[in-house]
Amino acid sequence: MNNQIFRDSESDRQFSASWLTGRVFVYSILLLWAFICLFPIYWTITTSFKMAPDVMKGNIIPWVDFTPKWLGWRSLGLSPETIGIESTVREEFLKRFWNSAIVSVCSSILAVGLGSCAAYGLSRFNYRFGFMRNSDISFFFLSQLILPPVVLALPFLVLYKSLDLLDTRIGLILLYTLTVLPIVIWIMRDQFSSIPTELEEAALVDGLSIWGAFTTIIMPIALPGMVAAFILSLVLTWNEYFFAALLTSSHAKTLPVMVASQTGSQGISWWSMAALSFAAILPLIVIAIILERYIIKGMAAGAVK
Amino acid sequence: MSTEEGDKLHVVTADDISNNKKRLGKFLVWGSAIILAFTLFIQALDTNSYLTIDLETWRPSLYAYVFWAFCLCVSQVLTRGEHGKRVLFVLPAALFVISMVVFPLLFGLVIAFSDWNLSSPDGRTFNGLDNVRQMWGDPFYWNALKNMVWYTTVIIIEYAVAFGLAILLNSQIRARKFFRVAFLLPLMLSPVAVSWMIGKSMLEIRFGPISRFLRWLASEPSEDLPALLYYPGIYIADLAQWFGWASPSFFGSAGIARTMIMAMDAWTFIPFMMIMILAGLQAIPRELYEASEVDGASRWRQFLEITFPLMLPVSITAVLIRIIFKLKLADIIINITSGGPGGATDSVTSFIFREYRDRSNVGYGTLLAIVYLVIIVIAMTILIKLADRWMKPRY
Repeated sequence: MNNQIFRDSESDRQFSASWLTGRVFVYSILLLWAFICLFPIYWTITTSFKMAPDVMKGNIIPWVDFTPKWLGWRSLGLSPETIGIESTVREEFLKRFWNSAIVSVCSSILAVGLGSCAAYGLSRFNYRFGFMRNSDISFFFLSQLILPPVVLALPFLVLYKSLDLLDTRIGLILLYTLTVLPIVIWIMRDQFSSIPTELEEAALVDGLSIWGAFTTIIMPIALPGMVAAFILSLVLTWNEYFFAALLTSSHAKTLPVMVASQTGSQGISWWSMAALSFAAILPLIVIAIILERYIIKGMAAGAVK
Repeated sequence: MSTEEGDKLHVVTADDISNNKKRLGKFLVWGSAIILAFTLFIQALDTNSYLTIDLETWRPSLYAYVFWAFCLCVSQVLTRGEHGKRVLFVLPAALFVISMVVFPLLFGLVIAFSDWNLSSPDGRTFNGLDNVRQMWGDPFYWNALKNMVWYTTVIIIEYAVAFGLAILLNSQIRARKFFRVAFLLPLMLSPVAVSWMIGKSMLEIRFGPISRFLRWLASEPSEDLPALLYYPGIYIADLAQWFGWASPSFFGSAGIARTMIMAMDAWTFIPFMMIMILAGLQAIPRELYEASEVDGASRWRQFLEITFPLMLPVSITAVLIRIIFKLKLADIIINITSGGPGGATDSVTSFIFREYRDRSNVGYGTLLAIVYLVIIVIAMTILIKLADRWMKPRY
């Protein structure tokens, strides 16, 4: 039985050649773009381990071109030798890091809480608020997205000054909640409208109140969407620079402001800047790698109806 | 706010609200409103120095407002029972947004027409239309607006790149997860870090890897290379020298600086459009492609007749959201060029930011911002109307 019964015909074999070139083409473009995306991150990591001559010579590959040194991390007080020793730079860094973490996590939680309740209400009941119907209320929430931050920045500066909220974490949290709220509502509205109302009807018949049904039945189902909204808000608030630069000075300064204030000077020490930048982006890189599924889910919400 | 018939989730409840409860609810709202009004009144008197309590800040009014908002929510449940509980879903978010947006906006309108230097002791002085006149004659503001038009126009190119990448990601490839994560990463990075990583270090003229690479391209290839590499090398070097890559400068001239800013912003935001388009692509049913294959359509025809038209709604959503984000562009510009050279890279946001930093005049900056908002709202309304018309099926 040497003869194959099913064989590729002549035309199929020609196809295989063109298929191969197609593959090579597709993969080379994908790899090129992956290189474009990853190289800056790679460059930052390696630079944080370089010494001045390595930077001047443009050495790129560690252990081949140059021997990695802890120089950049030592200046942050985060290298193995200095981690035990008292370091003002490290304390400053950790304080900013902690500020960023608190502000972004709190505002994301607040936004997801407020936003999912509002989105749930809008997806289930008909409201009338003056002349505003449901669609108007939705539009009112979503239209906040168009509002550029500059418009609010200066009035908030003055208001916060008179409310003594300038340079406080709570002031930043409130403002960040406002900026991500429309995105949360956008994602959650999509999420809730895909959950059938029969679920709550059954729960209500069984004697749950509407809030009981919402918290015990609907929220667990909508959890993936809430996680997606939470992570997306976390990314946006962690990276926010504009408001933080305007509204904080010493106490509540966040990590991006610290990074930016270091770049301003001439004669930047590359290794320490690289270490600082990398430390600032590391949390989000980790989140992106672990929770990539949710981020994509969140951004795809509303794309497909 | 009231719920009415036609809810998606329709429940009949026998609400039996006693008059006492209703009265209590009304009392709560009005009581707290009176407290709020009273606090505001006292504080207003105090700041205008009719009274001498010398309150340092307006915090008491803030607390009174929060208390009033809380009482309003409670009274909804007390007076309206089941309906009130439904209102409670939307009311907190609505109150939050109204107090955080509408009030500052109205306040902004007031300061827009005044001369208010925060560091000067005089405080706010109303100056009528002076700010408008100043804006009219401010070439840098108009320049920033013009730059925004440029920045927004390149979204078309970003969209094309994102579409291409999404199609590639959607095809049968291995290591899809790796590519997806790799492509997503730029979006996660903070613009400030990006502006150092790329703008300040990779594009550095002497030591940055990109300028080094360009100089290498522009250098004459060495004589002892094999002819196959030597002759193309000369052409590449000539071409690169013609582009001026022998001594690259990225933020020296207006055009190149603007292009660099556009490229960096594109780098961070292409993943965003790519993911939205990818989600759209995955929702297209396979049968359509199979059917078109039976009909003998080429790949290109498939793209033109199936993929692109079906992706139109998703594309328009993605582009509109991208435009909204682009209009907020500032962080990279503030950190890399701070508007230079000569305002060539300024976006409106970064311009106002500098304007405030340099002169700390709140009034003029606010007016510029509000004019910007008006322009945006008009432009976006027109765009959305146009998009609606486009999206309507033509047959």
